[in-house]
Amino acid sequence: MSQVDTNPVKEYLRMDRMPSIWCPGCGIGTSVNCFARALTQAKVDLKKTTVVSGIGCSGRVSGYLELDSFHTTHGRAIPFATGLKLANPELNVVVYSGEGDLAAIGGNHLIHAARRNIDLLVICVNNFTYGMTGGQVSPTSPGGATYSTAPYGQFETPFNLPHLADSCGAVYVARWTTFHVRQLTKSIREAFGKKGFRFIEVISPCPTLYQRRNKLGDGLDAMKFYKEASVLKNGADTRELDIGFQSPIIVGSFVNRDRPSFIEAMNKRFTSVFGESYKPYPEGPSKAVQGC
Amino acid sequence: MAADPSGVLTGQHYLDGNHAACEGALAAGCRFASGYPITPSTEVVERIAARLPRMGGMFIQMEDEIAASITLQGAVWAGKKALTVTSGPGFSLMMEHIGLAAMTECPCVYIDVQRGGPSTGLPTLPGQADMMQARWGSHGDYEIIALCPESPQECFSLTVEAFNLAEQWRVPVMLMMDECVGHMTERVVIPPADQIHVVDRRWTKKPPGEFKAFEPGPDMVPDMAKAGDGHHLFVTGLTHDERGYPVMNQKAQEKLVRRIVDKIRLNADKISRVEEDQIDGAEVVVISYGITSRVAMRAVQMARAKGIKVGTMRLIVAWPFPENRVRELASKVKAFVVPELNYGQMSLEVERVAAGKAPTVLVPHGGGEVHDPEVILEAIVQAARGAR
Repeated sequence: MSQVDTNPVKEYLRMDRMPSIWCPGCGIGTSVNCFARALTQAKVDLKKTTVVSGIGCSGRVSGYLELDSFHTTHGRAIPFATGLKLANPELNVVVYSGEGDLAAIGGNHLIHAARRNIDLLVICVNNFTYGMTGGQVSPTSPGGATYSTAPYGQFETPFNLPHLADSCGAVYVARWTTFHVRQLTKSIREAFGKKGFRFIEVISPCPTLYQRRNKLGDGLDAMKFYKEASVLKNGADTRELDIGFQSPIIVGSFVNRDRPSFIEAMNKRFTSVFGESYKPYPEGPSKAVQGC
Repeated sequence: MAADPSGVLTGQHYLDGNHAACEGALAAGCRFASGYPITPSTEVVERIAARLPRMGGMFIQMEDEIAASITLQGAVWAGKKALTVTSGPGFSLMMEHIGLAAMTECPCVYIDVQRGGPSTGLPTLPGQADMMQARWGSHGDYEIIALCPESPQECFSLTVEAFNLAEQWRVPVMLMMDECVGHMTERVVIPPADQIHVVDRRWTKKPPGEFKAFEPGPDMVPDMAKAGDGHHLFVTGLTHDERGYPVMNQKAQEKLVRRIVDKIRLNADKISRVEEDQIDGAEVVVISYGITSRVAMRAVQMARAKGIKVGTMRLIVAWPFPENRVRELASKVKAFVVPELNYGQMSLEVERVAAGKAPTVLVPHGGGEVHDPEVILEAIVQAARGAR
């Protein structure tokens, strides 16, 4: 077994902030590792890359990355990122947050940013619970699972996030678990190579709260479960991606299409109205990362 | 520095306050606006939506005021000057992000065209009942700056001033208009660009690695950098150190929150602006702001015709409150009369600062229309009589 003396992605991390707040077995760090490797592989211009998070365990990601880091309010990472991107389209803006932040309190912003095709990469870590506050039911919590605020079991219909993003117009939609580190890394790279609203769901273990309360073992048990329960279906119909309690998890890259970004559509419209006197608004790079 | 001429509509115009505020923002260099429609403020963003695309700017109508009130902060950190505009219900939704702007020292401008409240209240009719919300509406301790225009001309000039103060002190600045001032149409003179004073952002001159985004200068205000300049900024609403790194303890809280409060409190006399008339020798001083100061002027004229010595103080900057000046006057005058379109907000400040040295007579009004000058006159007469 080979030994590594230093963190191989340390140049992307604020090492003076380590150790992180994440629990042993948590998947958020794994996803960050994939993100950092995708940055390396894609030769991303780190100076122009900025990460915006909301609140929660996954909301801490922006603050561990050695990039321009914005840790905003609960649910509002997407509108903050919208301001950053529209004010300076040269920036490569990534939103990195959890499913409670992005799909519950921030759900309205998620659907509208996808509809407008704002040029953002959204990485949504879905661990089926509110971890920071102690394991409450979340908008993706599967039926039957118990939570501190659903002690008799969750009975609401959970969000199928890839379907939500697809329906609202996202140009790239994928889902992986933190077991699928190579696929996730490749997916992030693929998303860097596109322009418009891109959404990647990362199914991630929460051994401390979700798994402990539901007697699902530790982080390693989650990895074994992801390995056994995942079904690869690239290009799957996103209507069929519901996740039940310990049910099979369909993973893959589901949507990859092109449509004009917000700024491209705006420029097209204004040029048709104003003619040559209109000076087009800067559209930024044709994809977040050249060479992808 | 002088204004960028591309945003300055030099000349004489006949504009309502909402349109004049838009022109003030563009003259100040605002090139990003996020909005959400709400009566009686909508004309501000309607004009911005028409104007910005032709001058290289960006307007976006967001999905709600919560989004609008943080989108502009993203734009500020990308290097733009930015504003959003709303009225009471939207202002309530924006409060969390006003706290974020205070905590992250994000220079930006919020315009609130006040209507009758609470709740949906009187959407098309005036109020001045958001004054305390402007000061205290977000949770935690912080300071902001709030300006109160009394005319379309001032909606122009004070919007320029709002941007300048935001940049100088790195605080959210609120332009507290009211429906009357917003919808009143008057002559507005917009000077040539080189005669409009504009404050640029306090860009750091330090290279990446040396710059600390929250290290204060001698005036307690840190210099700024924008995303994409290689500084690897860390901006958080959590209590943070000079690098912006979260620090969860009392010492860091004391250092940071004390500073963001004190940078305004200790400089209040520099920021404060009032307009006074016939204060010397006055037995009664009428303190008012916004549309109410124009209504009060009629009552003051009638009182003076009766031989009562009345002075006036108009709050141009309502927050920080002109404590030192009001305290000084309290030992000279016999009473303060404070008419406002609410049941007592700025009058509480007058009363607090006067500290019993002179009584404060509130002339309350629930909003929906302006005061009857006779009611203010009656309060002045009674105050003067009590004083004699």
